[in-house]
Amino acid sequence: MNHDSYSEAYIRGILDDVRTIAVVGASADWNRASSFVIKYLSTKGFRLFPVNPKAAAAGQTIAGGTAYASLADIAEPIDLVDIFRNSEAAGQIVDEALALDPPPKAIWMQFNVRNDAAAARAEARGVRVVMNRCPKVEYSRLNGELGWTGVNPGILSSKRRKLPT
Amino acid sequence: MTDTSRSPGFETRAIHAGTSPDPATGARQTPIYQTTSYVFDSVDHAASLFNLQQLGFIYSRLTNPTVAALEQRLADLEGGVGATVTSSGHAAQLLALFSFMEPGAEIVAARKLYGGSINQMGNSFPRAFGWNTTFVEVDDLDAVRAAITPQTRCLFIESLANPGGVVCDIEALAEVAHDAGIPLIVDNTMATPYLCRPIEHGADIVVVSTTKFLSGNGTSIGGAVIDSGRFDWSADPRFSGLTEPDPGYHGLRFHETFGEMAYTFHGHAVGLRDLGPNQQPLNAFLTLLGIETLALRMDRHVRNAQAVAEFLQAHEQVAWVEYAGLPSSPYYERAKKYTPKGPGAVFTFGVAGGYEMGVKVVENVELLSHLANIGDARSLIIHPASTTHRQLPPESQIAAGAGPDVVRLSIGLETVDDIIADLDQALKRAATEAKAAAE
Repeated sequence: MNHDSYSEAYIRGILDDVRTIAVVGASADWNRASSFVIKYLSTKGFRLFPVNPKAAAAGQTIAGGTAYASLADIAEPIDLVDIFRNSEAAGQIVDEALALDPPPKAIWMQFNVRNDAAAARAEARGVRVVMNRCPKVEYSRLNGELGWTGVNPGILSSKRRKLPT
Repeated sequence: MTDTSRSPGFETRAIHAGTSPDPATGARQTPIYQTTSYVFDSVDHAASLFNLQQLGFIYSRLTNPTVAALEQRLADLEGGVGATVTSSGHAAQLLALFSFMEPGAEIVAARKLYGGSINQMGNSFPRAFGWNTTFVEVDDLDAVRAAITPQTRCLFIESLANPGGVVCDIEALAEVAHDAGIPLIVDNTMATPYLCRPIEHGADIVVVSTTKFLSGNGTSIGGAVIDSGRFDWSADPRFSGLTEPDPGYHGLRFHETFGEMAYTFHGHAVGLRDLGPNQQPLNAFLTLLGIETLALRMDRHVRNAQAVAEFLQAHEQVAWVEYAGLPSSPYYERAKKYTPKGPGAVFTFGVAGGYEMGVKVVENVELLSHLANIGDARSLIIHPASTTHRQLPPESQIAAGAGPDVVRLSIGLETVDDIIADLDQALKRAATEAKAAAE
């Protein structure tokens, strides 16, 4: 699997296939990027589960959702694990994700996060991986919203835009 | 197109980029969203939009669907991650600089620049904002390096310099800028992305006047700032406006939150919000229409310009022609590298006889239009020393390539023999009138 670039079909396939998303490393600070991702995707039909041990210990909510101490503490199956940690720390998060029963359908690492060894472990288990990308950006690129602020979505189509479902 | 193994060509993107069918109606041509404002779903939705947590429309000073279509198309054609479209090319320059300039900060700019830009950056910016500009001969790389100080925030050049004939060495100047830790901004108005794509040669930011070849019909004033997404704003505290918490957005850090899209988001959320130079939707629509035929038009503009330049070079009333498509031009070789399809359609020539003869030629044309624009379907002529560059002192006029004998042409899409015949009769009549006046 080439992780330098992803096809539109691959990204769309993952976003179409997941409903529950755990955000590991979610910040309790509302104006940090992780909060933006949670806030945005929660309005697009996804259910978000912020993971932040400190916030969980303090009984805090993050962008409106209960904060969990770890992936294992989330009672229901997680389809996508989105990692807001550094590249090295992402390795352990991937292993924790793969230990879930059932394992997630996909694992996503945010901008500037890339761990090829961990990605290979996930792919060996049949779990799709995206690295150095943001699901909010990819979702809004596919549904056209990103272009509303002048960003080039790089999509040419003569078809009426189909929203990711 | 979902096949990622090949990328669509320029002509395809010039027609399709940014303009998929309208998702609401299926309209194939881009609708003109002539509206100032947009309803919110709820108070929480409104708050999320103002906080930039959700993407959506608030007010057309910030974003508008028709204008956004033009932004996406220009970003695509220039090879950028995003674009901010503005009310004019001058507004684009103001907006491009606004994200990182502050009182006492400096610009190093090419000396050969559109006269209006020399005024904007040399007089108004220092007076009103304390942004100081040093103009240098950018063919002298040592002079450029020497002009850059710790206060310098950017290097500003034109790919093809107005009033014409000059091609800048974008790659060399990008290297000089990057060695100094500052972005290279290139005004690509005269070339358009069909003839030259500065981002492919290392430029960080492109500014354009869409008024010219892009719209192509002389109907709509407009501009754009296109960002390559490559400049690392976080590498230097000089660019803290894009990296530090923004008090106007509750402490949001643009570079952290939007990554390579930070400058484009900042251009809308701060630049357009606070300066106010948004483009009108109708102008954006007309410019999108123009861009559909950009490739076809530029090919003909360039072919006509080459023929007219060759004709003038052989004319007895013409002292010199500065067009980089002529082997006699010092920029002939460089033009082949940066503008392989041709070095634009705007150039200058010198009339034998100086200022008075220049004025007479302009007054005697019948097909060419005497006006202060370039890049129209119509051929245009102007005498810069008496018009566009009139406010500059004589030495600055000469330094800018707009001395007393200089006539600037913007060659249009008419039958080339008609353009040539008109210039021929105007030159001959000017010579006859000058001779009669002398007797």
